[in-house]
Amino acid sequence: MLLLALILIPILAAVGIFAGLPARKLTLAAAGINFALGIYAALCPACVGTLGFVVLENPAISFSLGLDGMSAVMLALTVIVTVAATLSGSCPEGREKLWYSSILLIAAGAIGAFVSTDLFFFYAFHELALIPTFLMIGILGRGGNERVSIAWKTTIYLAFGSIILLGGLVLAGTQLDSLAFADLKPVAEHQNAIALLLIIGFGTLVSLFPFHSWAAPAYASAPAPVAMLHAGVLKKFGLYGLLRVGLAVAPEGMKHWLNLLLVLLLCNILWMGLVTINQKRLDNMLGSSSVMHMGYIFLAIGAAIAAGGNIIDPATQSLNLAASAAVLLMFAHGISIALSFSLADRVEAKTGTLEMNQLGGLAKSAPKLTFLFGLVAMASIGLPGLANFAGEIMVFISGFQGWTPDQALGPVQIATIIAIWGVVISAVYMLRAFRNTFHGPAVERCEKASDLTLTEKAPAILLSLVLLAVGLYPNLLLNLLK
Amino acid sequence: MLYNYLEFIVVGIGLALLLWESFASPKNKTSLALVGTLGLTAVFALLVLGSSCPSTCNTEAPAWMARFYSNDGFAPFFKGFALISTILVLLMSIDFQKVLNKFTSPDGSDENMGEFYCLPIFACAGLMWMASATDLVSIFVALELVTISFYVMVTYMRRNVGSLEAGAKYLILGALSTGFLVYGIAWIYGATGTTAIADLNIDANAGSALMFGLAMVIISLGFKVGAAPMQLWIPDVYQGAPTPITSFLSVASKAAGFGVAITILKPFLAAESTSATVALILAVMAGVTLLYGNLAALAQSNLKRLLAYSSIAHAGFLLIGLATANYSAVLFYLATYLIMTFAAFFVLSLVRSAEDSDEIDALNGLSKRNPLLALALTLIMAAMAGVPLTAGFIGKFLMFESAMANIATVGWTVIVIAFLGAISGFYYYFKVIKAIYWHDAINTNAINVPVISKIAIALLCIGILVFGIYPQPIYCFIQ
Repeated sequence: MLLLALILIPILAAVGIFAGLPARKLTLAAAGINFALGIYAALCPACVGTLGFVVLENPAISFSLGLDGMSAVMLALTVIVTVAATLSGSCPEGREKLWYSSILLIAAGAIGAFVSTDLFFFYAFHELALIPTFLMIGILGRGGNERVSIAWKTTIYLAFGSIILLGGLVLAGTQLDSLAFADLKPVAEHQNAIALLLIIGFGTLVSLFPFHSWAAPAYASAPAPVAMLHAGVLKKFGLYGLLRVGLAVAPEGMKHWLNLLLVLLLCNILWMGLVTINQKRLDNMLGSSSVMHMGYIFLAIGAAIAAGGNIIDPATQSLNLAASAAVLLMFAHGISIALSFSLADRVEAKTGTLEMNQLGGLAKSAPKLTFLFGLVAMASIGLPGLANFAGEIMVFISGFQGWTPDQALGPVQIATIIAIWGVVISAVYMLRAFRNTFHGPAVERCEKASDLTLTEKAPAILLSLVLLAVGLYPNLLLNLLK
Repeated sequence: MLYNYLEFIVVGIGLALLLWESFASPKNKTSLALVGTLGLTAVFALLVLGSSCPSTCNTEAPAWMARFYSNDGFAPFFKGFALISTILVLLMSIDFQKVLNKFTSPDGSDENMGEFYCLPIFACAGLMWMASATDLVSIFVALELVTISFYVMVTYMRRNVGSLEAGAKYLILGALSTGFLVYGIAWIYGATGTTAIADLNIDANAGSALMFGLAMVIISLGFKVGAAPMQLWIPDVYQGAPTPITSFLSVASKAAGFGVAITILKPFLAAESTSATVALILAVMAGVTLLYGNLAALAQSNLKRLLAYSSIAHAGFLLIGLATANYSAVLFYLATYLIMTFAAFFVLSLVRSAEDSDEIDALNGLSKRNPLLALALTLIMAAMAGVPLTAGFIGKFLMFESAMANIATVGWTVIVIAFLGAISGFYYYFKVIKAIYWHDAINTNAINVPVISKIAIALLCIGILVFGIYPQPIYCFIQ
């Protein structure tokens, strides 16, 4: 019941907003309650129980909810980012209904997707979250009239991904006893086709190269809370799905396409890394960097595929190294990218632009903003002590798991070695952006900028604390995965 | 008791209304529609009572009609379907009357509107007989009753060139398809010596004569449901016909076509000697229909035409269900299709009344003119595109499932076409959503929604959501 409440609270709050209740207060209340309930549920997945309700007998579809380690981490990520997103950005006058109800519906969809234990609703809830995302970009997005074409491109891209994904899921589903997660097992036929459809479908949603070109413009154009929720939370749906469903139903097929996946993810890391270096605007840079970082999580999935596809270690009954690395990095990236978008939005609000060559010396007038942005830049590069480091180092180790020095390097090991160079690229673009924006001679618009107020600081502090806590003590999360 | 005579009651209602209109001439013609609605609702109640009757009560058709009439199988579903559609058409016509008046009488009064409310009722009786017909000849007669009523209704706006053009096209192609049907029935009779579907004895009589006859019948049914190669009439006729009649054509007529197709093809799909061939024909038709409907819909800028092409695309999905003999999925899809399509046409007829235009551009900025209507149309278009948690998704999901469980029958090509069709569906349905929210309005007057449309749209939208999350009730009604 608690899980059902987690989904229903935001939906009911959104309905309340449409009925005329005060939008911001109601959203904060709903996000706050969900935060408390969600963290409680994540810390004790066994306490929340499960829920099952048959909605269709043949083919068997049931509305069933449940929580285990992996979904608990994703749930925690969702409720944390939702609170931060509610507090971030500045809602244009008169559009409160749309603004806040979209945040709530995206959150409800993401929570629903992560706590569903049935393929049908797992897929369905994700789509629920996409619709408000499209609408927000198209209606309230930045970038003048260009926002419409950006929103349109995003819509079509993600619809394409969703339908391809549906094809893969249905093809697998017809060979399974039921669509429940508990019944997922390697299917007898068409494994290669299923694996390819899932890689392209989920991959498009996660902006896997070459299906990534929607992501950076969409994040740059989206209002801050939507960019935070989509890049931070919703995008992780695809990775979660690959780990949870893809590896379970088509391990052999995944292995068949492993080399292709490795090449694509290296393109994400290196090609998108170079593209990111070349960005002139802060928001475009952050959007591209989020595409690039997906490559590392795909690398962890690649390692999990190479390790045989069974992400549960039979000896300890906990997630194996590669899958834990993927989940940890998903969490870390979700928090850090949400923080980046939240702060970038503030930079724009204070200075009126995100063109990096028109910014400079913001550190003098806005030291708190500078400190927080510096922190997230370090996290994003992968500095030890912050959550992303823990995730990335685990990914790199998992790439070499089971490999001994007397063996020749396999494809996963080679990919890992190349991927490590991505860290250097991250350092280049992040430090350069930080220097351009906050250091150097102060331009006029930056001199006049004010520092963060208490309400503006709140979401950033929340997210930074999470980054630090998980970075210093990753077992906080890893214990959940046992 | 009355269960087997429902069609007679419906015809009676229609005749009574016609007499009332001719001799008593009601002041306000909409009262005809309201009385007709009430009558059909009563018939619907009788249908529900009769079909939920426990096994103890006798619902067998009397001997004199048992030869060509039966209430077994899916007949009650299709009858209920016809009744609900007709009720919705009558209600939609009331709010659409302003436009109809303009094109039916020189002074814009409602004096020529009387028959418009009676004809759908006669068509409804035909649709119900079609659902119960078990003999090729009775199928033919019922089908003609429907088609002839439609000839008049399509061309009812006699002062509008578009409506006349639509009527002429529908008449000519309808006559052609009737020819195919009679010719096919003659061949089937020649090959089997009977017109009763239960006595066809397919395995014993299989041969090229029977298959040729069946092919003719399939072609003519393809006209009814709007499947390739008989789909060419759809866009022009849908665009030209009065909007309520377009919705009637696209929902009730199509569903009845599928009902008859199930009645006729079921034994052929079950018989060993013909099942593979028939399934292949249907699968090929499905593929071509999907390809044509979706590709042509991509380029449309007129909402009514867009819905016409989308109805061709929906027919393609339904044919997949038919080819795989997954009848309950077909019925389910039709039920969700009814809800979505009527909701869409209710909104369209409102916009037509307010804007005098069916173009998608007329919807620009609807979110500012009437936010609730904009939200409803968003939901409807999302359901049509097959966004999860709406009824439309479950229908598509069942079709995909049934295709992928029978890959050998349907073939990869058709499956790929179906998925590409679903993707292009997102493109053309979301184009409407894009216009609603992302483009600025040309005309910023608020759109007022009359009370009947308001209630109907609200109920249909709730149906879209409820059946999208909990579809089991529709299944219970099917069985």
